[in-house]
Amino acid sequence: MSESTAPSDPLDPTLHVLIVDDEAPARSRLRVVLTDIAAEVPTKFVGEAATGAEALELLATIRPDVAFLDIRMPDMDGLELARHISNMPNPPAVIFTTAYDQHAVEAFELNAVDYLMKPVRAQRLVAALNKARRVAPISGAILEKLTTTRRRHLSISERGRILLVPIGDIIYLKAELKYVTARTRERDFLLDESLTHLEQEFGQRFVRIHRNCLVARAAITGFSKLPKGRASSNNEESGEKTVEAETNWTVTLSGLNEALPVSRRLWSGVKAAFSGEN
Amino acid sequence: MSIRQKTEPTRLPDFRNLGVMLRIMLVVNFLVFCAALVRNPNLSSFLVELIEMAALVEPTLIACLLIFSALASKLHRLSYTGGLLAVGSIASIIATLVYRLFTPLIDGGAFTTLRPALLGMLSAVVVMIYFDLRSRAFSPAFAQGRLMALTARIRPHFLFNSLNAILGVIRTDPKRAELAIEEMCDLFRALMADNRELVPLSDEVALCRQYLDLERLRLGERLQVTWDINGCPKNAFVPPLMLQPLLENAVYYGVEPSSQPAEVVISARCRGDEIRIEITNPAHETTERSTGNHMALDNIRERLMLFFDLEAKFETKVVEGIFHAYIRIPYRQKGTR
Repeated sequence: MSESTAPSDPLDPTLHVLIVDDEAPARSRLRVVLTDIAAEVPTKFVGEAATGAEALELLATIRPDVAFLDIRMPDMDGLELARHISNMPNPPAVIFTTAYDQHAVEAFELNAVDYLMKPVRAQRLVAALNKARRVAPISGAILEKLTTTRRRHLSISERGRILLVPIGDIIYLKAELKYVTARTRERDFLLDESLTHLEQEFGQRFVRIHRNCLVARAAITGFSKLPKGRASSNNEESGEKTVEAETNWTVTLSGLNEALPVSRRLWSGVKAAFSGEN
Repeated sequence: MSIRQKTEPTRLPDFRNLGVMLRIMLVVNFLVFCAALVRNPNLSSFLVELIEMAALVEPTLIACLLIFSALASKLHRLSYTGGLLAVGSIASIIATLVYRLFTPLIDGGAFTTLRPALLGMLSAVVVMIYFDLRSRAFSPAFAQGRLMALTARIRPHFLFNSLNAILGVIRTDPKRAELAIEEMCDLFRALMADNRELVPLSDEVALCRQYLDLERLRLGERLQVTWDINGCPKNAFVPPLMLQPLLENAVYYGVEPSSQPAEVVISARCRGDEIRIEITNPAHETTERSTGNHMALDNIRERLMLFFDLEAKFETKVVEGIFHAYIRIPYRQKGTR
């Protein structure tokens, strides 16, 4: 256990390997081939996971050098997992595996991202491992380009581990100073992403009610009017630079006793979107 | 290759098929409509004539359809020309009989006597030509094999994942690997077979069980299957590879995207002279892969149509998070069409 948790010694050529695949025989196949090529590329198998969430949990305790990620997995596909992993400090090198996925493979070729076709061949595996040792990890920007589906989770790095926030749990996203806060029923999460960016990706699920706020359409229960005078004090609180003309309407939310102000500029759109859904 | 080699010998339509009957009625009534239209310059006389003609034509038509369907198997044993002659003769005899029965006897010589027979014969020929043209246009099927082309193909995704799974167990569990390869052999043998004749439902079910067993090798406990087919006669014949592609769909869209065990239910029962089959699986949020789904489903719909014409029904729907594929086909006990 202590061996696997320690980051690998830079002088030791042994690569620590994590395998993530939802199919057990596929994981065992990769393990077998890794042992077969041990003479050429020494590796140490440090863990395996059947889902992305399991993998991230595992990554809190182990520090692999290389992670093999299957592309097609339930709940969280390999590409989304890679994006969450890339948020970690010192992330492992990622090698994608796929049995058949023309679109993904084309995108990989285009962006020079290494991948392995399953069934994995020994020589191809040797090459991929050697390359992973030399080349810098895939950048977040490229991973984003490769992703064709919307993420199902947002991730944050907290005390060395990756926390997942399912998109479906988020009630609103609010930009505050440098960060964006994601509010779920239970708590706040500080995200390292811009609100605009989140709106682009999840625009179907969230509606913008204010320059600094996106609200989950499903969480909106209605609108209520603030008593006179409250609205203006709200404006003062938010500081000079961020002042945006607000209506005295606020959004009421299911399961959360908070009222979010709607900006004057967006009020008609928000109202239309909400009444259209009912 | 000459055109002749490409096409199979023309054959008479399946007179027992409701769709065929409906089409015959439509074509003949269309002829009646045209005839009345040609002869009548004004609306009221046109309507009167239409009704008068219908009074003669409909009994003839119904009698002919009944006789054709009763004699269907005998007619099909004849050569195409022989069958054509038989159909034409039956039509002319019935037409003459009905005409004699319903109209006052007018002695107008041989032409008057032969006129209904001739009309019956000609209508029959027109209808048969229509069916011949239709089968040519619609189905190079029975020519080179629209059916062969349509025969559902196993997804490459399944092929490579299964091969990978077999390699995954080959050292730890060689027996399981052997079994999987045998199952794969059977599956591909079925896929590459001449799939133009109906097969016993039990064969199709056996094939599906093998397919699901292969999928279980890689998906393990996530794949839960329930068979509810005892209500269906074992001697029912179905189009080959009718269920397997639907199950492949169910696994691809219902089980693979789920990290929890997901259930695929196959139920089949017989209601009167109909076989009803339903396959359900959990539906997941649609992602970008939905086009492939439509292709597989459209493919099955078209194959059912080629086998059973209007007598088959194929519907899909999502109810409360469960995807349903629903097939209704006539209960056939023989493999031939």
